[in-house]
Amino acid sequence: MPNKTFFWFFLPTGLAMVLFIGLPIISTGVQSFYAQHDQVVKEVKKCDPFGCTVSIVVDNEETTKIREAKPLGKFNGFGTYVDRNHLATQEIKKFWNETETFGEFVDQVTNLPFYKALIFTLTYCIFVTPNVLLLGFIIALSLNAISRKIRGPLIFGTILPMIVTPLVGSLVLFWMIDSQGIIGANIQNLMNDPYLSLKSSKTLTWITIIIYGIWHHSPFAFVVFYAALQTVPQEPIEAAIIDGASRFQRIKHIVLPHIYPVVTFVALISLMDNFRVFEPIIGFSAEGSAQSLSWLIYDNLVNEEVILFGSAAATSMMTIIGIAILLAPVLVRTWKEFKTAR
Amino acid sequence: MRKILVTLLFLLFGTSAYADCNIKSGSINILANDFPALRTFVETSKQCKGSADFKVTHSSEHNKIAVPALTANPSEFSARIAANSSIVPLMNQDLIRPLDDLVKKYGKGIQDSQLITIDGKVMAVAFMANTQHLYYREDVLKDLGIAVPKTYEEVVAASEKIRASGKMQYPYAAAYKAGWNLAEEFVNMYIGHGGEFFKSGSAEPNVNNAKGVATLNMLKKLSELSNPDYLTHDSEAIKVEWESGNVALMTLWASRSGTLLDDEGDANITKATKLTGPATVGGGNIPAATLWWDGFTLAKNRSDADAEATFRALAHAASNKKMVADAADQAVWLVEGFVPGPKSIGVIEAVKMGAKPYPMLPQMGLMHGALGSEIVEFLQGKESAEQALKDVEAAYTSKAKEQGFL
Repeated sequence: MPNKTFFWFFLPTGLAMVLFIGLPIISTGVQSFYAQHDQVVKEVKKCDPFGCTVSIVVDNEETTKIREAKPLGKFNGFGTYVDRNHLATQEIKKFWNETETFGEFVDQVTNLPFYKALIFTLTYCIFVTPNVLLLGFIIALSLNAISRKIRGPLIFGTILPMIVTPLVGSLVLFWMIDSQGIIGANIQNLMNDPYLSLKSSKTLTWITIIIYGIWHHSPFAFVVFYAALQTVPQEPIEAAIIDGASRFQRIKHIVLPHIYPVVTFVALISLMDNFRVFEPIIGFSAEGSAQSLSWLIYDNLVNEEVILFGSAAATSMMTIIGIAILLAPVLVRTWKEFKTAR
Repeated sequence: MRKILVTLLFLLFGTSAYADCNIKSGSINILANDFPALRTFVETSKQCKGSADFKVTHSSEHNKIAVPALTANPSEFSARIAANSSIVPLMNQDLIRPLDDLVKKYGKGIQDSQLITIDGKVMAVAFMANTQHLYYREDVLKDLGIAVPKTYEEVVAASEKIRASGKMQYPYAAAYKAGWNLAEEFVNMYIGHGGEFFKSGSAEPNVNNAKGVATLNMLKKLSELSNPDYLTHDSEAIKVEWESGNVALMTLWASRSGTLLDDEGDANITKATKLTGPATVGGGNIPAATLWWDGFTLAKNRSDADAEATFRALAHAASNKKMVADAADQAVWLVEGFVPGPKSIGVIEAVKMGAKPYPMLPQMGLMHGALGSEIVEFLQGKESAEQALKDVEAAYTSKAKEQGFL
């Protein structure tokens, strides 16, 4: 495609991307450097049906004046990024000096909200992504080998987990693993431990969410792999069969190299999706045991009666940076391949 | 069948009770939490909407919607049904209007005690009171010869006895869902121990002390007597537990007593469900509970005409003797003419015992938020009480700094 045609072709998409993705990210970035103005409070008498007390309220007149002068708030630089609820640089330094063993230090650090969330998010990515790729590929291969007559309904059944809304899917599982639900009660019986609860144990909650993640994301990998399998040329495979190659050898030496770019693509998308894990935490009411970076943003924006825009913006920016770091190796590789292809 | 008959009768004769407040214009849009008493209240105000536009949003997610919706100009809602805690963010952001002139003009039936005044200005009109108190199963306690518990120590002893008897495995329930609910239980228990959340006269946190530790230890003891999934149980979930007969002692909102004692569900359990005041803890004499009011506030960013129409409709309900007589079992109404019934025992006992109202402080929301997430690991047995409280203070401090309170 000539560059000029490409430019006009891409322009509407590009504009939409700048408007709906680029600008909000910039605005979030700016926001993350600001904190609220110092609150001006005054002591007043408050009366309610239970009696009167003297206590403090925010002085709105004063606050409005300050806000009008500086609507963005107080410039805080990287203050929000390094505070205890985010990177916690000072706390980490303190822990490093105070703790005696490395294990103790790790314990202290992983107790900080941001690192707690980061560890869960990374664990989720590390376990879900490869399993999704593997499972998706195996399903695609098996379905590709099945008679065409029953393939349609089977494909539909396989992509069902992706069709089900994430929240609904996780809620169904949530009720099943309840200590009185079908899975929860049976596990209790099996382990002979009436106090065993999938929901109250941190490890079990993590495992549940990871299994749910694999279940939910595999169909996506399957669909893409299945489509790619249709493009695998038959001649080399037939030749390989004549040469006496086993099924495994055929897959390893012909099918996989052929669909390799698609594998990279699915890996990229899954990593990105998994790094933003959010719905299962809400669906499983797992806030107590598992927090992800996206959940932290949500928590700052809606869970408290006071909205913490600065905190949410800082976590958002760090999530974007996190995704960029995760994707860097794959992107660099794709770029290199692109260059050699030219 | 009876329900249908009642509805029909209501339709036939109920209309005559519709007061016409003669509202000619304006539009009314109300945001409220979702429980039966509030539905009744809003329905009552609708009866006098006249020719005004009337809309209502009942949502248990009301806290998340309120501030953004009222910040818009014009505001999405003309009124917000708020409580002690949820009025604070509205005050902090200056989103609600003083009601003095409207009260003077249209607030005839509203009692002075219903007015929430801050710095001499009426900011809300309360219409019901709420608290968390004990519910117990009379039959279970009687069978085992247990007296109705008055303190949380007795609740623990009674629950252990019930468990030992083999009647129930998890005899106690309270809304311990991580987040707002769990923090609310901490607030109650900490106040019961005589604790103060902030160093006097400042926004410096003050929970990492002996009272805080005692509070956490009591919560932990109670959680061990609860269903192991307690960290995911909110008020609705424990209500279901109760109705399935799995629980004999429970701390729950007074406003939910109506749904526990209605005709739905197992008649034997309903019959044996009894209410009593909130328990005290640690030898204290004030109950480990907080008093709450529910009242209406009007959005600042809305036209005067809308505010007037909304106020008149809501004031009609907030002074409606018929409503409080018809719905006497749904809530403890603060409206004139309310005769407390058996379902209001909890709140009335709490007031008698000198329960404190939930602290209406600008920075309390941040403390509540920090508590909801930081004490979970202690309950899971992953860290010590002191560490958990240290985390609460640290989490609160950085949020309060960002928010300009420190």
